[in-house]
Amino acid sequence: MGNMKLTLKIWRQNGPKAKGELNTYPVNDVSEDMSFLEMLDVLNDDLVRKGEEPIAFDHDCREGICGSCSLFINGEAHGPGRMITTCQLHMRKFKDGDTIHVEPWRAEAFPVIKDLAVDRGAFDRIQAAGGFVSVNTSGNLVDGNAVPIPKADADTAFDAATCIGCGACVATCTNSSAMLFVAAKVSQFALLPQGKPEAKRRVLAMVEQMDKEGFGNCSNTGACEVECPKGISLEHIARMNREYLAASVTKE
Amino acid sequence: MALTGLFLCIFLIAHLAGNLQLLDMSPGGQLKFNAYAKFMTTFPLVKAVSYLLYASILFHAFDGLLLAMQNRKARPIKYAYEKANASSKWFSRQMALLGTLVLVFIVIHMKQFWYEMHWGPLGMDADGNKDLYTLVAFSFTQLWYVVLYVIMMGVLAFHLMHGFASAFQSLGLNHPRYMPIIKNVGVFFAVIVPIFFALIPVWMFINA
Repeated sequence: MGNMKLTLKIWRQNGPKAKGELNTYPVNDVSEDMSFLEMLDVLNDDLVRKGEEPIAFDHDCREGICGSCSLFINGEAHGPGRMITTCQLHMRKFKDGDTIHVEPWRAEAFPVIKDLAVDRGAFDRIQAAGGFVSVNTSGNLVDGNAVPIPKADADTAFDAATCIGCGACVATCTNSSAMLFVAAKVSQFALLPQGKPEAKRRVLAMVEQMDKEGFGNCSNTGACEVECPKGISLEHIARMNREYLAASVTKE
Repeated sequence: MALTGLFLCIFLIAHLAGNLQLLDMSPGGQLKFNAYAKFMTTFPLVKAVSYLLYASILFHAFDGLLLAMQNRKARPIKYAYEKANASSKWFSRQMALLGTLVLVFIVIHMKQFWYEMHWGPLGMDADGNKDLYTLVAFSFTQLWYVVLYVIMMGVLAFHLMHGFASAFQSLGLNHPRYMPIIKNVGVFFAVIVPIFFALIPVWMFINA
C-alpha cells in the first residue's frame, strides 16, 4: 500500500466577516484507501497536536446520503469523479506529489461560516417556502400507496427526491444558480397526485424565495447536472420552468 | 431571453434568405436586390415586423446585461482554482461576452447599411430604386470589412451553438425524446447560418 505525500492549498477564514486566504499544508502518509475527509481528519489531528487551529469543514454521515460535505476540490465540486460526494471521494483519485486546492462553495447566498464550512440555510428557507405537502394527519390519513400513480411518474419523482441538498449545483454553476436544487424539490411533488393541490403556490413561492436569497440565474450551461452527486437531470429544471410559466399565467 | 432569442433566430433565416440574392453579382442581380431592399423598407407589414425586431434586439441585450450583472453579484468571491471546462462548454458560460460582441457587430452593420439605406446619400439604380447593392459591393471590396464579418459570424456561431437549445430548455421544452433532436438542430443551425452569412462578403470580395 503506497503512502502518498501531498501539498494541500486550503482556504482559511476565521469567521464570516474575516478576510480569508489559501494556506499551504504538506500532508504525509496519506493512504489511497482514505476518503478525502479522512485525509483532512489526519491533517486536523496533526494541526491540533501542533497547537494550531484545525480546519473547519462540514461532514456528517460519511456515506454519501446526508449532503453535509461540500468542498470545491481541484476546481470541481466534490472533486474529481462523478456521482459522488466528498466523503465518497477516495485518495486513490490523486497521485503522490499532487497539489490539491480546497475551497469552500462560492456563492453570495452561501456565506462562509469558517474556513471551508458555508451556511446553506438559504436552501432550508427555500424548502420552507413551499417544499412540502400539507397532509391532514388528524386520523383520516389516506395511505400513500392507495393512490394509483403511473410507474414512470413515480420513478421520475423519486429521481428528483434523491436530491440531498448539498449545494454542488450552486457551487459549480458559473452563475451560482440554485435552479437544479429548486427544480428537484418542485419536481418531486409536481409529478405526484399528493403534490398537485399546492403545485402552483409551491413553485411560485420557492422561486421567489430562491431569487430573494441572491442566487444567480440559470443560463443552461448544464454544469450542475454533471457535478450533481445524485445525477439530478436538467429535465427537472425544464419541468420547473413549465410549472412556473403556467402558474405565473394562471395565478389569481 | 428565450422568446426574443428564438424570434431573432427566425429573423436570421429571413435575413439570410433575402441577402443570399447578393451572390448574384450580375447587373440583373443588382436591380433585383435593390427592388428587394425597397420592398423590405417600405412594405407596411415588413415595417411592423421590423419594429418588433428592433424591440427584440434591445430587450434581448438589456435583459441579458441585467441577468449577467445579477449573476456576477451572485458570486462575489471567485474560485482561486476552477476547472470549469470539466462540466460545461466555454461558450455556454460566455454568452454575455459573445452577445456583447454580436451587439457591437449589429451596431456597425446597421450603421453601414441600414442607416445608409434609410437616411444616407445613396445613388439610384436604372429602375429608380436606392442603389444599396453598390454600397454593399463596395464595402466588401475592403479586406478588413470581410475579415470583420467572417470573425463576427464565428462569434455568432458560438452564441447560437448554446443559445438555440438553451431557449427551448428555458421555456420548459425538454423531453428525453426530443431534446437530442433540438440540440442537433441547434448545432446545425449555429454552423450553417453563420457560414452562409460569411459566404456573402467573401464571395463578393473574390468576385469584385
